[in-house]
Amino acid sequence: MQSKDTVAGTIKVALVLCVVCSVFISSAAVILKPFQVSNKLLDRNKNILAAAGMFDPALNSNAEVDELFSRFTLQVVELDTGEVLSQERLSQLGIDPDTYDERAVLADPQFSDALPEEEDIADLKRRVRYSTVYTLPAADGSIETLVIPVSGYGLWGTIYGYLALDGDGNTVNGIGFYEHKETPGLGGEINNPRWKALWAGKKVYDEQGEVALSVIKGGGQGDYEVDGLSGASLTSRGVDNMIAFWLGPNGFGPYLDNLNEG
Amino acid sequence: MAADTKTLLFKPIVAENPITLQILGICSALAVTTSLRVTIVMCVALTMVVAFSNLFISMVRNYVPSSIRIIIQMAIISTLVIAVDQLLQAFAYEISKQLSVFVGLIITNCIVMGRAEAFAMKNPPIPSFMDGIGNGLGYSSVLLILGSVRELFGSGSLFGIEILPLVSNGGWYQANGLMLLAPSAFFIIGFLIWIVRTKRADQVEKSEFRLAAHTTQEVAH
Repeated sequence: MQSKDTVAGTIKVALVLCVVCSVFISSAAVILKPFQVSNKLLDRNKNILAAAGMFDPALNSNAEVDELFSRFTLQVVELDTGEVLSQERLSQLGIDPDTYDERAVLADPQFSDALPEEEDIADLKRRVRYSTVYTLPAADGSIETLVIPVSGYGLWGTIYGYLALDGDGNTVNGIGFYEHKETPGLGGEINNPRWKALWAGKKVYDEQGEVALSVIKGGGQGDYEVDGLSGASLTSRGVDNMIAFWLGPNGFGPYLDNLNEG
Repeated sequence: MAADTKTLLFKPIVAENPITLQILGICSALAVTTSLRVTIVMCVALTMVVAFSNLFISMVRNYVPSSIRIIIQMAIISTLVIAVDQLLQAFAYEISKQLSVFVGLIITNCIVMGRAEAFAMKNPPIPSFMDGIGNGLGYSSVLLILGSVRELFGSGSLFGIEILPLVSNGGWYQANGLMLLAPSAFFIIGFLIWIVRTKRADQVEKSEFRLAAHTTQEVAH
């Protein structure tokens, strides 16, 4: 009892505590890791299915996710050229399409580049070189639906989501956002099913091949306009910029061009 | 002993509520109470952390050198919080995403530190554990009231089940957006404190000073 307040006693107690706590935390982390990884993957797959309109949390259970998602083919696309990476390139780069995470490599200079300010319309700062496209093959071998990851700065933070297009690469099938910091009840309404339903059937490119799809307040007429959210101008503009960037020449534009020619 | 346990468990719910009497743990009370489901998970997480941190701190209290007492408490608390965070990520992923940083912020929740320092350092393990559960219940009871009011009037639902059909979904209820923002929690906590202190006048704090009357011209000269 007397020795506990000496310098040696203090150091001893501190050391023992550190060792006990770190052993406890490391074992918890190691034991729980497989559950956490599978949760993350399930969550991502669920978001992709939801964007493509194939999954509704109210109707479908988590058990169906794997089955539904297995129908998708995963392609990793080089954004600059729009080319799908071959098996060979994938193994060269060390990318496994099943677990490749665009957001995890965003800070890695080997996999991403800083965006010049004038091209950075969605305020992303950096862009990955390779991104995954999830394609759903139709019975005749053509592509029925393709899902691309999109992101862009809203009002309070970066919004992350998936955009699903029909096989023509021009018609919107659906959209979904899985992470955002927008104001609940205002910008947070980007996840309202009634607003998301406005997107289906809209066209992306006009006759000149430019991105024409935009979010316009009070709009919503015609093939290229989606009505903005009331009380959320900056969030609507963020979504608008996101679409313009990711479907434009710096995003999946080259890939979608290739798709139409091929 | 039985009576003691009862006091330890139930006194912090109204009589010594950590939020309404001591005004501790307000930060998370504002942040995680927009929907009831998330609120409940936060309550369980916090109760577990307070109870076990009290238990462990009380078990080692006789070996803790007083010079590094606070650091040792923090180390034990943060170990438990990280474990809870890992568990949530493994078994309640959706909710852990919604709670995001606030699980980690349990470390800085004043209730946990407060009980460790005020109770667990002076009492044996079992009563300390009970005191932790009791304070967790006290915190939870306020959070559940906040969560119910905010979700009902902010989103027209409870536990995600629609109670008041919203205008945006074709119903009649215009959601009160303020309820989803942090300030509304302040108002509701304010009302709760008002109600509790009207019923129990002994909780009203004595004014620390009295404003003096203005000095007049004559006195000043």
